Amino acid sequence: MDISKYVLLFEECDLSMIQKVGGKCASLGELMKARIPVPPGFAITTAAYELFLDENGLTQEVAARLKNLDESRVDEINQASSEIRASIEAGTISERLEDIIAEQYRSLAKRARTPAAPVAVRSSATAEDLPDASFAGQQDTFLWVRGVDDLFDKIRKCWSSLFTARAISYRTKMGFDHSKVLLSVAVQKMVRSFTAGVMFTLNPSTGDAATVVIDSNWGYGESVVSGEVTPDQFQVNKITMEVVKKTVSDKAIYYTTDPETDEVKKLEVETERRTSQSLLDAEIIELAKMAKLIEKHYGKPMDIEWATEKSLPYKGEVFILQSRPETVWSQKEVKPVMEPKKSAIEHIVAGLIAGKKVR
Amino acid sequence: MADLKFPSPHEAERIAGTEGWERMYPYHYQFSTDDPLRKKYEEGMFWFYDGLHYPEPMYPFDMIWDEAWFLALSQYNTRIFIVPPALGIDHRIHNGYIYITPLPVANPEDIPKRAELFMKRAGYYYQNWDRLHDQWEEKMRSIIKKLADLEIPVPPEMEDESVVTEGLGVSTGYKLLKAYDELIDLGILAWQYHFEFLNLGYAAYVIFVDFCTKAFPDIPLQKITQMVGGIDVIIYQPDEELKKLAKLAIDLGVDETVMTGGSADSVLKEMEGSDKGKKWLEAFNAARDPWFYVSTGTGWYHHDACWNDDLDIPVSAMRIYVEKLRKGENIERPTAKVREERDRLITEYRALLKTDEDRQTYDQLLGTAKTVFPYVENHLFYVEHWFHSLFWNKMREVARIMVEHKFINDVEDVWYMKRSEIKEALWDLVTGWATGSNSRGPLVWPKEIAWRKQCMEKFRKWTPPDAMGTVPETISEPFTIVLWGITSASMAQWARLKSIASGDLTKMIGFPGSPGIVEGTVRVCRTVKEIGELQEGEILVAPTTSPSWAPAFQKIKAAVTDVGGVMCHAAIVCREYGLPAVVGTGSATSMLKTGQRIKLDGSTGEIDILS
Repeated sequence: MDISKYVLLFEECDLSMIQKVGGKCASLGELMKARIPVPPGFAITTAAYELFLDENGLTQEVAARLKNLDESRVDEINQASSEIRASIEAGTISERLEDIIAEQYRSLAKRARTPAAPVAVRSSATAEDLPDASFAGQQDTFLWVRGVDDLFDKIRKCWSSLFTARAISYRTKMGFDHSKVLLSVAVQKMVRSFTAGVMFTLNPSTGDAATVVIDSNWGYGESVVSGEVTPDQFQVNKITMEVVKKTVSDKAIYYTTDPETDEVKKLEVETERRTSQSLLDAEIIELAKMAKLIEKHYGKPMDIEWATEKSLPYKGEVFILQSRPETVWSQKEVKPVMEPKKSAIEHIVAGLIAGKKVR
Repeated sequence: MADLKFPSPHEAERIAGTEGWERMYPYHYQFSTDDPLRKKYEEGMFWFYDGLHYPEPMYPFDMIWDEAWFLALSQYNTRIFIVPPALGIDHRIHNGYIYITPLPVANPEDIPKRAELFMKRAGYYYQNWDRLHDQWEEKMRSIIKKLADLEIPVPPEMEDESVVTEGLGVSTGYKLLKAYDELIDLGILAWQYHFEFLNLGYAAYVIFVDFCTKAFPDIPLQKITQMVGGIDVIIYQPDEELKKLAKLAIDLGVDETVMTGGSADSVLKEMEGSDKGKKWLEAFNAARDPWFYVSTGTGWYHHDACWNDDLDIPVSAMRIYVEKLRKGENIERPTAKVREERDRLITEYRALLKTDEDRQTYDQLLGTAKTVFPYVENHLFYVEHWFHSLFWNKMREVARIMVEHKFINDVEDVWYMKRSEIKEALWDLVTGWATGSNSRGPLVWPKEIAWRKQCMEKFRKWTPPDAMGTVPETISEPFTIVLWGITSASMAQWARLKSIASGDLTKMIGFPGSPGIVEGTVRVCRTVKEIGELQEGEILVAPTTSPSWAPAFQKIKAAVTDVGGVMCHAAIVCREYGLPAVVGTGSATSMLKTGQRIKLDGSTGEIDILS
């Protein structure tokens, strides 16, 4: 049997496969094609999801349950949602599908050199019907998943997230066919972030397209994304790859993994690290190089989530976790910097007349 | 920036014991209050101290270049090219320090008419740049030759018989007066030529800078300069000659003579002793004219000696190269890398522009900036180095005659006299000589010069304020923008520098000259003669550098200067060699000590003093 119908390594995914592997996996595959280090993992395809529904007789059941729903009846929708989700979560993954997924997981664990390697399980929506892609997958990122049983459990939970009350209500209202909306699941090796954050392939405050701006804090990127700390900021000239500006902030809190419970928790940053630079200069440059590659690959300004993992105290590895198009400057109306003129001398005259403001 | 306040020029501090100092300088350079209109004008203008050219108080004679550029720059703006919104730059002096102010066109209604004229006139120069520039070089070479050939005749006891047999009809006394006039005329003329292209060059550069900073708000000025900077610029040539001579010495096997021959004199003498040595000497002498006319300073002061004045300087610099070559090290300028980096900057910044219109403007402005830039870099060698070096020595010949006739005690005293006073004194001298009577000069000048020397000493100890008068809204004069970098940011920096100078010194700020962050040990070199003391990997701290300092850049890992902007020699060379530089700190040579550890950031201009 061709297993690629059901599972695909990220490096095998690309943007032409959104229907099969969803936006997240496709985008991770694209990053890998641009030779960007992405934590390894694989996609469980929409075909696997369909197979699962068929084998559990859920295809008909779900369709029937959603027929003639009144989208204005919140209680009715809630009821349908919890029934469908319970059925999916209680469904059996057939032996052959189990084997295929388990095999992929084991080979991932082997690549990570960790038995029962911790992974992140996320939904990768194909959902063009939803206004923002993050909506479908909002609730269903599962971190620190270990072992196959736990993995199958979280995969079913991802699948069932297609039928949250909010998703059902939205599709009903828009008149979308529930049966046409499919879901892929991304299984990705966990990065134990030493530092993490976001970066932009342009300067978000000036719009300068030759600058990469990196925001960074200790631990997981969540503290940066949520705005809970003022992160360190580094600006790199994209052309010369020089760090042109460093702002090291006082970073009060960070998110990290409790080594005993493997759970993510928020901690205060130890005094001596609060005002230390959270990225090494070499890491800053490496990140900026990746930002440049990613931007080049997509052909537009990008907004990128990244992390570093430290296997040794002096040595770090940089990873890209996610990337999406930058939205603020990219949506501004593009106007010429200077009114075009027939010749340089006309520009010179205009420039002389305008002069330089000094106060 | 509304709170930027500078003192009125009429309330500037006066120094006890220097009363009457004004007579050392042209009368129209004084700030004055006797006429209400002139007083009001002076109060309303923004006068800033030209520390870029004049890190020390003016010698009365050295004022010649200030007067020369006062006239030359201003006439091109106001009367020749008709820069639409800008007139010339006015000058004043206080306690020996030069203050300047750019004049805007008073009536905005004049601007369109001026713009039309400018388009036509400046346009002609931009369009015919290469041809006019070749013509310029010819003119410069011709006046340099005239200067070199100019004879300063010494009045003899009796005129030669030929005056009679050839029916010459003039005496050496007359010829001396005439030679002095010619000398001064040539000097003024050199400065007329100096500005023929310079302001147009800066205007084209300013607009390119303007475009780049609008398109890329974060772009450092250094990167823009790198995009238009020349590669085969003649300011590098003196240094190239030294490298060639070092190589030749090794190839001929006479390098040991260079290394151990002691003073330049004895090295050259020893070279004469062998055929190979003679061959080397031939090359050495060929390099001397013109390349050893490179000044060890900026060329603006009479005390900026050139290599030809002191051959120990090029010879000891050459030793650095011989040593490197013997170790098998590469001493070539990394021109391929510089060119590659420049081309990469140009292409990649261009690729980041968002519209076709922008790319068209970028290409237009970059093209013009690249055309004009070699002049901006090259004119310095012709005028400030080659011409000036010859000029100062011709003046010394005049001074020698004055010493002989006891008008002054020492050749170097002549700089304490205004050039008009020298002309008068020469009349006194030649009429005394002609008559056989006693000139009055010996009774007047030595006493006056002694008094002037003590004034200058007091000036030197005084710190001139950065600026006086009233800050304008905008500045349109291209020089003011490029050379002095007068912007709201730089004025805020002046205020900051002052507050730092008064507190504990742990930090200094200058202009970012060349990017990079480095930590290291300071070596203060006040003159180029001290560069022999530099140890590998030290940070050079110098008042300013010039092409004759080039060998130093082979040893150091960063440079800091008192004087200079993004276009100064240290910044240009450091960018080329990839060394960080902070320039125009104002006072690094007096604040920093050899052996101190500092950390400098060439992208921000900050210096941390660590020990």
